[in-house]
Amino acid sequence: MSEAADWTRGEAVIRYQRCESCSHLQYFRRSFCSACGSAAVTDHQASGMGTVYATSSVCRAATPETRAHVPYNIVLVDMREGFRMMAHGDHDLAIGDGVEVRFVAFAGGTVPYFGKTE
Amino acid sequence: MTYITGTGLTAFGKHDGRSSLDLMSMAAQLALDDAGLTRRDIDGILCGYSTVSPHIMLATVFAEHFGITPSYAHAVQVGGATGLAMVMLAHHLVEAGVVRHMLVVAGENRLTGQSRDASIQALAQVGHPVYELPLGPTIPAYYGLVASRYMHEHGVTEQDLAEFAVLMRTHALDHPGAQFHDPITVADVMASKPVARPLKLLDCCPVSDGGAATIVSREPTGAAAVRVRGCAQAHTHQHITAAPALSNLGAEIAITKAKAAAGVEIVDVDYAAVYDSFTITLCMLLEDLGLAGRGEAAARVRAGHFGRAGAVPLNTHGGLLSYGHCGVGGAMAHLNEAHLQMTGRAGHRQVREASLSLLHGDGGVLSSHVSMFWERVR
Repeated sequence: MSEAADWTRGEAVIRYQRCESCSHLQYFRRSFCSACGSAAVTDHQASGMGTVYATSSVCRAATPETRAHVPYNIVLVDMREGFRMMAHGDHDLAIGDGVEVRFVAFAGGTVPYFGKTE
Repeated sequence: MTYITGTGLTAFGKHDGRSSLDLMSMAAQLALDDAGLTRRDIDGILCGYSTVSPHIMLATVFAEHFGITPSYAHAVQVGGATGLAMVMLAHHLVEAGVVRHMLVVAGENRLTGQSRDASIQALAQVGHPVYELPLGPTIPAYYGLVASRYMHEHGVTEQDLAEFAVLMRTHALDHPGAQFHDPITVADVMASKPVARPLKLLDCCPVSDGGAATIVSREPTGAAAVRVRGCAQAHTHQHITAAPALSNLGAEIAITKAKAAAGVEIVDVDYAAVYDSFTITLCMLLEDLGLAGRGEAAARVRAGHFGRAGAVPLNTHGGLLSYGHCGVGGAMAHLNEAHLQMTGRAGHRQVREASLSLLHGDGGVLSSHVSMFWERVR
């Protein structure tokens, strides 16, 4: 299993895992498949393209670092490859919108940020 | 067979200078008095957690403080579902003969014991530490995401959600222990400041100090008797990112199993105690549980269905939204009110008939569910 970095480790990419035994996809990294238990999981880079599943604009944050960004829009995106992820996005995003990712600075880190597909 | 023999509930709001142990002790004493039992009668303790005073052995800390030497004791952690999960465990342990009188207790000085920011941060930790928390989500944001999707799929509006806040506030006006006693309207909810859109301040439960306790026993201890008729749990995920489709959430799984365990149908229910951390939570759970058709819960609120004089009175103490939310004890206030209603002791809040209650708890982000039926047998 390759251990390439992704946005959670400071790189501007989204990664997911695919089980070579049962084809299950998972976004949260593990050393095994959460559907069948197989250790044959491979690491893949996502296209960054997806569809908005849900949105919520945070207007009340709880830390000084995040409060500086208020309001920021939290989105759940169904990625083209077939997994779901949480990210930030434009404020005018609606459920069902086709979106593509870029990466922005947020609260001392870098996070995925989705805007409508051109 | 097991019986709910006593419940205790403190007022919610500010309890300046009182610790989590103080609030647990107050609630436990009220429950003992209610059941007509003494400390010596209690041979089992289940307790919730305190975010203000975390401890790896809170049940024995409490037992020592309160003055009980039980033969069974530990804490339980299932977020907002903890109270009902503890009563479910108590039911099974009492039924199995392990314990005779189980004291289930929780209390927390969450409002005065720490800052609001600290409470919000502590609770946001139910999110994924690597894939969610770096994005700065809050509990209202997790439920805001759920709300946006549920509203999209079922045509529910923000005005619809506001109805649940108004209903809970209306009920709280009649309970002296409730945190809020000012009436609100749908317009007030709509005008309240946004917290995590589409949820606004009055769509969200407050942070409170308070405590609650319930005693589960092998035999009734008083003239009235309320028994646990059946219960079940379901856990489909922890993080909202990993949640199944709205149509496959745990509430429907838990209620289906609980109905089978209890041998009852939803139409038999004449009182409901349902977790209401946010208006969307209550709306979705009522519909998931079958207490209203899909997308129809708000209309039922407007029609008075869930009011004190309605067909299925709901959270007549005001719920988490208006009685208050002190953590585990917050959701246990629902149990106290159901017990009072079922035993005809709710005073001017008394409903016409409460012979079969449906109680439901939700922990995490609709992650963990406990459904339970209580039946009055005399």
